[in-house]
Amino acid sequence: MSRKTLTRRQFVAATAMSSTALIAAPYVRGAYAAGKLSIGFWDHWVPNANDASTALVKEWADKEKVEVSIDYITSNNKKIELTAAAEAQAKSGHDILQMPSWWPHAYSENLEPLNDVMEPLIKQNGEVNGTVKYLGQSGGKWLAVPATPGSQIKGPCSRIDLMKKHAGIDVQEMYPAGSPPKADNWTMETFLKAAEACHKAGFPFGIGLGETTDSVDTAGAIFQSFGAELVNAKGDVTVKTDEVRQALEFYKKLIAVLPTDAPSWDDASNNKWLISGRGAMILNPPSAWAVAKRDAPQVAEQCWTHGFPAGPKGRFAPFLPYFWGVWSFGKNKEAAKSLLIHLSSPAAIEKFVAASGGYDLPAYANMTKFKTWAEEGPPKGTLFHYPDPYKQQTMSIAASPAPPKIAQQIYFQATLTKMALRFAQGEKMDTALAWAEGECEGFMRT
Amino acid sequence: MADVVVEQGRRARAASPRKKNASLRNVLGRKSSVAFFLTLPLILLIALLVLYPAFYSLYLATLNKAMTKFVGLGNFTFLFKRETFWMVVRQSCIFAITAVFFKALIGFIVAHFVHNIPGKKQRKWRGMLLVPWVIPPAMSTLAWLWLFDPSYSAFNYTLSFFGVGPIPWLGDTFWARFSVILVNVWYGAPFFLIMYLAALKSVPDQLYEAAAIDGANWWQKMWYVTLPMMRNIIAITTLFSLIVTFANFDIVRILTSGGPLDRTHLFATWAFQVGIQSNDIPLGACVSLFMVPILAVAAIFILRDVNKRGNEA
Repeated sequence: MSRKTLTRRQFVAATAMSSTALIAAPYVRGAYAAGKLSIGFWDHWVPNANDASTALVKEWADKEKVEVSIDYITSNNKKIELTAAAEAQAKSGHDILQMPSWWPHAYSENLEPLNDVMEPLIKQNGEVNGTVKYLGQSGGKWLAVPATPGSQIKGPCSRIDLMKKHAGIDVQEMYPAGSPPKADNWTMETFLKAAEACHKAGFPFGIGLGETTDSVDTAGAIFQSFGAELVNAKGDVTVKTDEVRQALEFYKKLIAVLPTDAPSWDDASNNKWLISGRGAMILNPPSAWAVAKRDAPQVAEQCWTHGFPAGPKGRFAPFLPYFWGVWSFGKNKEAAKSLLIHLSSPAAIEKFVAASGGYDLPAYANMTKFKTWAEEGPPKGTLFHYPDPYKQQTMSIAASPAPPKIAQQIYFQATLTKMALRFAQGEKMDTALAWAEGECEGFMRT
Repeated sequence: MADVVVEQGRRARAASPRKKNASLRNVLGRKSSVAFFLTLPLILLIALLVLYPAFYSLYLATLNKAMTKFVGLGNFTFLFKRETFWMVVRQSCIFAITAVFFKALIGFIVAHFVHNIPGKKQRKWRGMLLVPWVIPPAMSTLAWLWLFDPSYSAFNYTLSFFGVGPIPWLGDTFWARFSVILVNVWYGAPFFLIMYLAALKSVPDQLYEAAAIDGANWWQKMWYVTLPMMRNIIAITTLFSLIVTFANFDIVRILTSGGPLDRTHLFATWAFQVGIQSNDIPLGACVSLFMVPILAVAAIFILRDVNKRGNEA
């Protein structure tokens, strides 16, 4: 048996030839030539809204020859947060994972920077609001891409008839469909008077004082409209300020006219309150109205979604964006980025908005005037002002502008609502402030 | 049979020491070895699902918030300075002790009632009374959540006929604590019932007959016969229930999520809020580990007592 030896020269020549052949060869795509991509999307609660995501992903996958698998993960009982925590620990999981507002910062070390995706998207779709930058960016690095599905404003959804009858406010006139709002008089003072009048008439505003996001988001927007911050952007505790005291005084008056069980409300309670016809207003995205359309049409046709009342420091709307993140340990990051660009195209965004009946809200400035919001009803135009088409509000999230990792603690420990409730239930102002200060100091842990 | 094998093995080894396989056969033939191999799958399962997570949470508890640095017992010393933590400790103790006491009391009373029902009917009652314990707690607690709803619930609707309420069952600190304990008692009492019923059935009738001959009344029979005969089972069920109640998560999570104002948080629910929702996994691990020393002390006291009585017997 003869044994042929390979000389160094032959080896170099063979390597060079095979490399040239590989580079020069035409790229022939077979089925799924571009590999696999695994996605974890938030499971939408609007029926059939997931179909839009599935169709858009399929459209992209067919074009790019990528084998895609999608898991729709419910946000009930923090399933998405648990999935994100498990995947970040295991350094394995989906390539793209849809995350609630605070999680891009929480997992910033595990996320692939997406500046190369976001910069062209901003050029194409318009600037994103400050809250999206606050939650999605860290040190100039985009941690995730704002997702249209699931992103929402928790503004007032008022009963046209009850507000007119008991508070003397015509919400349709104040926020007319198709025209800019005439809401100069829609202030915290007017809001409180309306809340008192509706409470007296037996239709209290349905605002929760619990520890879930709806309660906290409302508190956040009210505190911000008074300029009240528990921790400032530098990370200093700023609980004992006049602004926080003013916000607490306001909240105490408001709590006196809210339902007695509001401290135990969760995110479903305010929806039930509106749909049952017991309240004149809730602060929520139009999901409650959408359910009322099905279960209580006589209530739905009296609902009007509009802007938040203004406080001494401005008009703030609670904005809760979802994000699509790409794990740095993902196996197909380039394909993931390509899909995110596809899902953020104007055509895709319009499809998301239409599929969710106007619930989903894009984060981009040029994407607030789709016909879905103008045409949805009854009553027609009820959602026209939902995306704030005339940019009259500052999109905000509770506990900002504190550094996000501290703000996340304030948000999820519901420090704002707890402090307001303590004060309203008879605790002295200074005691409530001292308690909140102690809590915030604890949140500084690194 | 296995013991015979051992004896045979020993004889065989003495007769022909060159047979190396004999010792392996002996080992495999022992009762204890067979028992070990039979339980091995369970041991492996426990190691995987209990020991590994337990040691991993110990490791997590020694890291800083960003999980990049070892901080030793730093997280524990941080917790000791938090007002909310001590409130959770207090609440967990109140919740567990009150709930276990009422579960045991109700279980004991109902077990006596059921014990006195004749044969066939007793089986039906036993089945019906076990229902709360058989339904998955997440499901039954959801039903309770609807019952406690202050605006639309059956409770407040019924109370309104008597001019009472509406009671904010889950919105007021006192009523919220009452409600979570009530649901826990409803769910756990059947466990005590079935254990006490089994214990009652094992008390020999002759003891009661002898007591009756001695002129003992109902109370004396209970105090001098029933209770001493049930002491061990009471101690063990109390310990077991204390552990499970201390570690309760689902009932509080579904009913109140720890509110209002954190006044119904237990170790597990607060650990979840701190660890998962607020993304401070090391601190969450610390909170959950704090249950261990409290339960260990309880276990030592209760089991030592059981042991003592066992030796007396």
